[in-house]
Amino acid sequence: MTELDGSGAATGPLKGGPRRRAARTGGGRGVPLPLLLPALIGLAFLIVPLIALLVRAPWRSLPELLTSAEVWQALQLSLVCATAATAVSLVLGVPLAWLLARVEFPGRGLVRALVTLPLVLPPVVGGVALLMALGRNGIIGKSLDDWFGITLPFTTTGVVIAEAFVAMPFLVISVEGTLRAADPRFEEAAATLGASRFTAFRRVTLPLIAPGIAAGAVLAWARALGEFGATITFAGNFPGRTQTMPLAVYLALQSDPEAAIALSLVLLAVSIAVLAGLRDRWMKAG
Amino acid sequence: MTRTARPTGRTLQVAGAGAAALLALSGCSSSDDSSSAASGSSASASSSDELSGTVTVFAAASLKESFTTLGEQFEKAHPGTKVTFNFGGSDSLAAGITGGAPADVFASASPKTMKIVTDAGGASGTPATFVRNQLEIATLPGNPDKVSSLKDLTDPGLKVVLCDKEVPCGAAAQKALDASGIELTPVSYEQDVKSALTKVELKEADAAVVYKTDVYAAGDKVEGVEFPESADAVNDYPIVQLKETGNAPAAKAFIALVQSPEGQKVLTGAGFLKP
Repeated sequence: MTELDGSGAATGPLKGGPRRRAARTGGGRGVPLPLLLPALIGLAFLIVPLIALLVRAPWRSLPELLTSAEVWQALQLSLVCATAATAVSLVLGVPLAWLLARVEFPGRGLVRALVTLPLVLPPVVGGVALLMALGRNGIIGKSLDDWFGITLPFTTTGVVIAEAFVAMPFLVISVEGTLRAADPRFEEAAATLGASRFTAFRRVTLPLIAPGIAAGAVLAWARALGEFGATITFAGNFPGRTQTMPLAVYLALQSDPEAAIALSLVLLAVSIAVLAGLRDRWMKAG
Repeated sequence: MTRTARPTGRTLQVAGAGAAALLALSGCSSSDDSSSAASGSSASASSSDELSGTVTVFAAASLKESFTTLGEQFEKAHPGTKVTFNFGGSDSLAAGITGGAPADVFASASPKTMKIVTDAGGASGTPATFVRNQLEIATLPGNPDKVSSLKDLTDPGLKVVLCDKEVPCGAAAQKALDASGIELTPVSYEQDVKSALTKVELKEADAAVVYKTDVYAAGDKVEGVEFPESADAVNDYPIVQLKETGNAPAAKAFIALVQSPEGQKVLTGAGFLKP
């Protein structure tokens, strides 16, 4: 055990992080107050609302509120849709990230900016845009409806699409960053050994950037789980089909704040569990 | 000891500054309230006709068109006054008022949401019903699906949206359905009446059960179909002056205008029923 810890500490300073941190904490009294105080207030600003949720939670009626069929339905749908949206993001987003990081083409900067647009776009606007594109009367959706009889609004698929639209940029950005940091010489070496570009991507690049993909996928999954605006705009709200947890929270708040708090707690717990479990790396990285 | 005590003192100072910054952030809408409070006190001293200052009216989203007209009439009749509106879902408006949002008048789409404010002691006086609103079916222009009754909406080939049961228009729709014994499975329960209507305007849904006034306001983008069961689910709209008002005389005058024959003319013109 101690040997393992020792080796962990030994690799640490190589990255440069922990040693510098140790030096700083050693001079803890040296942290300037004008930095420390805003930092602490900032921390409190982010954490106090979550604590308030715990304080105001109706603990006594919680088991009853949480075991209702409707809550389970919404939670289940949320988990399924967020996972599906993450899968879509992986299948489409990783190649997109590779394209942005490894291939020179005109207008790459513009494409990169467009990819990140859903990050800053209000989700409701995303929902409206999706309606205009994929709605029954949308520029693509109309043909889908006319030719195949497929309509996407008000369906579970619609939820997945809305969530993927909002969540995929997180994955793309994360994977692209990892790709840029990864040394392309490994791929070049594979190419000199006769590997095709796709084989090099599959056998060399993918394993190399796997941690970045994992981090991006978790981020995308968490974002998809919390998606509200685009979902309610594009997919509507129907229990069991399109009513995810955030929608259930919002509508419960109109009449039954206690139920809304209880639902929020579930979402909070799930989010924390995911971040703690899968982003172990991040927690240690500080 | 002193060494730790001094930073703590400063900690409090900076924490106070931070809290003030947060308050400033959250209270950016209160700026016109302070001006109305200042001018309101001067107005109350003079005679009733010399109104001035700002009246802030929180009103249900369905009142948007008619109250905007009434606001303009009010400003014209009382030069020097300004009416500012906050239109939204009655529930969230009521939550805002009980949470301390600065408002002089509250007009709600249901007695239930008004009760949230009166129960919290936020109202001055008793709310008065000033209009009523009836439901109507909104269909695509030209009514291509030939919807003529509530029962027609149960056709599985139709995409129907309702308001969620938690919001007034959804509660009313449910009441009408229950009264007629019709079971209806919509494709979505929307979070307010305007978003239900929007789904029809965008042709994503074939029909929605909304207020008559909303169909009227949407013009020719939708077609309204009346149904007799709507008589069982008429919504009363109460209005009240709020306790925390900074401009009581102007608030009173605005409520008087809403209830006056001229005000009622504007409202019935928008499709509302007389109380």
